[in-house]
Amino acid sequence: MTILIAILSILFIVLTFMVVSKTQSILKGLDKSKKEEETYLGAADKYNDANGIGLFAFWLISIVGIIWSFMVYKKDFLPEAASEHGKVTDYWFWVSMIVIMIGFFVVNTFLFLFSYLYRHNKNRKVTFYTHNNNLEVIWTTVPAVIMAGLVFSGLRVWTKITSEAPANAEQIDIMGKQFGWTVRYAGVDNNEFGKYNFKLMDDAGGNPMGIDFSDPNSFDDFSNASEMHIPKGKPVLLKIRARDVLHSVFIPHMRVKMDAVPGMPTKFWFVADKSTADMRAELGKPEFNYEIACTEICGRSHFGMKLLLVVDEPADYEKWKKSQKPMLTENPDLLNKVPDNLKAKAQKYIDGGEVAVEEVPAEVVASNVLGNSSKVLK
Amino acid sequence: MSVVSQVEVDTHGDHSHEEHHELGFIRKYIFSEDHKVIAKQYLISGIVWAVIGALMSVVFRLQLGFPDLDMSWLKPILGEWINESGKLDPNFYLALVTMHGTIMVFFVLTAGLSGTFSNFLIPLQIGARDMASGFMNMLSYWIFFLSSLIMFISLFVKTGPAGGSWVIYPPLSALKQANPGSGDGMTLWLVAMALFIVSSLLGGINYVTTVINLRTKGMSMDKLPLTIWAFTFTAILGILSFPVLLSAALLLIFDRSFGTSFFLSDIYINGQALPNQGGSPILFQHLFWFLGHPEVYIVILPALGLTSEIIATNSRKPIFGYKAMIFSMAGIMFLAFIVWAHHMFVTGMNPFLGSVFMLLTLIIAVPSAVKGFNYITTLWKGNIIFTPAMLFAIGLVSFFISGGLTGIILGNSALDIQLHDTYFVVAHFHLVMGSAAFFGMIAGVYHWFPKMFGRMMNNTLGYIHFWITFIGVYLVFFPMHYIGIAGFPRRYYQWSGFETFNTYMDLNAFITIAAIITVFAQIVFISNFVYSIFKGKLAPENPWKSNTLEWTTPVNPGHGNWPGEIPTVYRWPYDYSKPGAPDDFIPQNVPFSATPESNLPEENELIAKEQQIQSIKYDTSIHD
Repeated sequence: MTILIAILSILFIVLTFMVVSKTQSILKGLDKSKKEEETYLGAADKYNDANGIGLFAFWLISIVGIIWSFMVYKKDFLPEAASEHGKVTDYWFWVSMIVIMIGFFVVNTFLFLFSYLYRHNKNRKVTFYTHNNNLEVIWTTVPAVIMAGLVFSGLRVWTKITSEAPANAEQIDIMGKQFGWTVRYAGVDNNEFGKYNFKLMDDAGGNPMGIDFSDPNSFDDFSNASEMHIPKGKPVLLKIRARDVLHSVFIPHMRVKMDAVPGMPTKFWFVADKSTADMRAELGKPEFNYEIACTEICGRSHFGMKLLLVVDEPADYEKWKKSQKPMLTENPDLLNKVPDNLKAKAQKYIDGGEVAVEEVPAEVVASNVLGNSSKVLK
Repeated sequence: MSVVSQVEVDTHGDHSHEEHHELGFIRKYIFSEDHKVIAKQYLISGIVWAVIGALMSVVFRLQLGFPDLDMSWLKPILGEWINESGKLDPNFYLALVTMHGTIMVFFVLTAGLSGTFSNFLIPLQIGARDMASGFMNMLSYWIFFLSSLIMFISLFVKTGPAGGSWVIYPPLSALKQANPGSGDGMTLWLVAMALFIVSSLLGGINYVTTVINLRTKGMSMDKLPLTIWAFTFTAILGILSFPVLLSAALLLIFDRSFGTSFFLSDIYINGQALPNQGGSPILFQHLFWFLGHPEVYIVILPALGLTSEIIATNSRKPIFGYKAMIFSMAGIMFLAFIVWAHHMFVTGMNPFLGSVFMLLTLIIAVPSAVKGFNYITTLWKGNIIFTPAMLFAIGLVSFFISGGLTGIILGNSALDIQLHDTYFVVAHFHLVMGSAAFFGMIAGVYHWFPKMFGRMMNNTLGYIHFWITFIGVYLVFFPMHYIGIAGFPRRYYQWSGFETFNTYMDLNAFITIAAIITVFAQIVFISNFVYSIFKGKLAPENPWKSNTLEWTTPVNPGHGNWPGEIPTVYRWPYDYSKPGAPDDFIPQNVPFSATPESNLPEENELIAKEQQIQSIKYDTSIHD
């Protein structure tokens, strides 16, 4: 459909162009003095009017095309915001958009209108007009004032978004690696993260996040490489890190984006105000899921770094947390990394996990993460 | 007023004339020190690179528009990069994106644009026999050529060319094990860029020196055409910012090859923790963007300069607000140095820094807007001749406005959170600096072709070229904003893995088709260009009735540019359609005493000073 319209509009322009130029050449005849034309090769030729009219015609057709395409495509613009600050940035996005669209239409209209109005005519007297300081002052001041307005609104919003997270924020450790995300929660017993160190990272030994098991706070920490759960209506603080190259946490619906930098932990806090269920109902898509993507080029499968995000009602969230198995429970071998004096304390988590732990094979995780793109990767 | 040496025809004329005849083919066309030949060398290299860069974009656009397409037919060219099932290799996709960016930004729009027109126009428009140092100028081109050669060779390395995107952020670009494109391809990229920077500095220093020292009699700074102002500002930008990129590249070379940790810290990759500690990947980004941002102005300012000249000439009207144009370019140049971190709002940089850079970034919109308004007012009540050059110049103004406006959104750090690294950014910079600068370059070629090659390009083909390209560029980059607003991330091989980015397949296919048409429409230009060099209509000295000095040279200006004495300049370059004047243009070398009928009162006073200007003697004992 779009293609059809585009082709038609191109055709239309070309046709206008041809018709106008034909008319012009007929009207003009051949009464021009041949001699002058030879020495002044840059003189207006028979297509001059067509080009001038064409520019304005192009602009008129463009206006129609822009409005039409905007109406058709706007339903997918800025996927429904599901965070508190997201609604604010969306508001300012559209305010700025209106401001720049006014600028866009007005300034381009003048450009193409003047091209049309002042196309060469040998009887026209050109106005020798070199400068006008008042005009310069006006069109320096007006954009400056508009910019100032946008800057101050933007600064307020930005300062608020990047302020310190509230003390009661739910903290989540999220780590990017080639090519996937792993999240870690502080657990339900002491609600403190265990320390981590990149030197302790060990994929084969079941410690991809480099958790320091000599820190007892780590014993109840649990992790997940396919889903991140967050509570609705409660501040969530993402503590973001990367272990190999740069990555960037992008949660489109939450208006969250922050780079993950090896050696320099970053953070972003936000409040989700629509649970996954709310969003499914609102969009009428029972299959809907929030997603986390990577927006900093990180290598071959940059486009496949997906993590599902589930926004739960606070009660469900707590329930989910309780149902999660600490890393020690999931992988009892990690007990070897616990110093002897703490082994007794750690033993609790090993014993607590009598329920057979279902090992998720790596391939399943990979294909989850990559979704239907995994086929292409092979 | 210039006080240093100037080649005087009386003293040096015979000598240089002799030399001219002795030059063999190699010294005349290959290792030439003549600025006009060097300019043509840059132009042709730029066009070759543009073709390569554009064809790369066609390949990755095919992948993005038609992810299920069987690309086996590209196997003869791309070989192993197309796998057995006819799919483009994702690593090679990244390499294509990287090389497209690198080639277009540096090799086409910096070397091809600035290199061509600064070299060609600076001596011709200021009235000089050649650049301050012809030898340095030759060196500049040949180092660029060497750099091009190395970059070209890197395309054929087994592990592929550099693949970390044109910004080559470490650690990805520093660790060979992270990405095949960070192997030998990256090494060659860094070497090529280091040479490129050397070439660009040699060129830049030469441009600035020439403009300051070699202006002809009477060519005071306030009589310089805006092109020269633009080239000078561009050269200053390059001289001050390219060395910073060189330092970044050198430190990266150290990190890659000698085990230092400038940009590396706390890394665990391929089952191994690396010993590097204490470095900062963010440091690299600061260094990179300290060039990277001025670079976009290095690309756009010359294009704006060329446009000023073309719009004034073809509107048959003085450029509106000559001084405002200079001040706004100066403002842009100054601000260009202090806005770099707006590329880094979401890198984890201190949010307060983000606020500062947001403020500075939005200020730069003001001088840019002033330029746009001045162009439009120049058209107002003019008498516009739509030569192909003029059409492309108007196209540039439109792109500069349309693309520049979205910068207001991206420069706002709060709004940038969602749009950073999405297609909104891609659409923004392709319009405002990519397409606009490209249009400036093409406009320049159409406009100065008669002086370069002594022949005219075919106008009708020029119109066809303009219309397809102009419409095509908008059809490619306008819908791209929509994709960006929907959140589609950049540098994705495909989006179908995400439900959120699963819409807009039709738009992506549409963009691809528009891009292919636009790219292949350039064949019209290239054939017109090549044909006209040999078979074009013979050009007169001043085909556009333009005022600047280059049009006072012979049709094919020889070595030294003017056969006799260099003309003296008495007036500014924009006396078009001056009331009272018999013709609608008065070249810069016409004294006010010769045009009593059109002089403004304050210009009549200047007549008294003409003797003084004519009697300026340059100190020719200083060797040029």
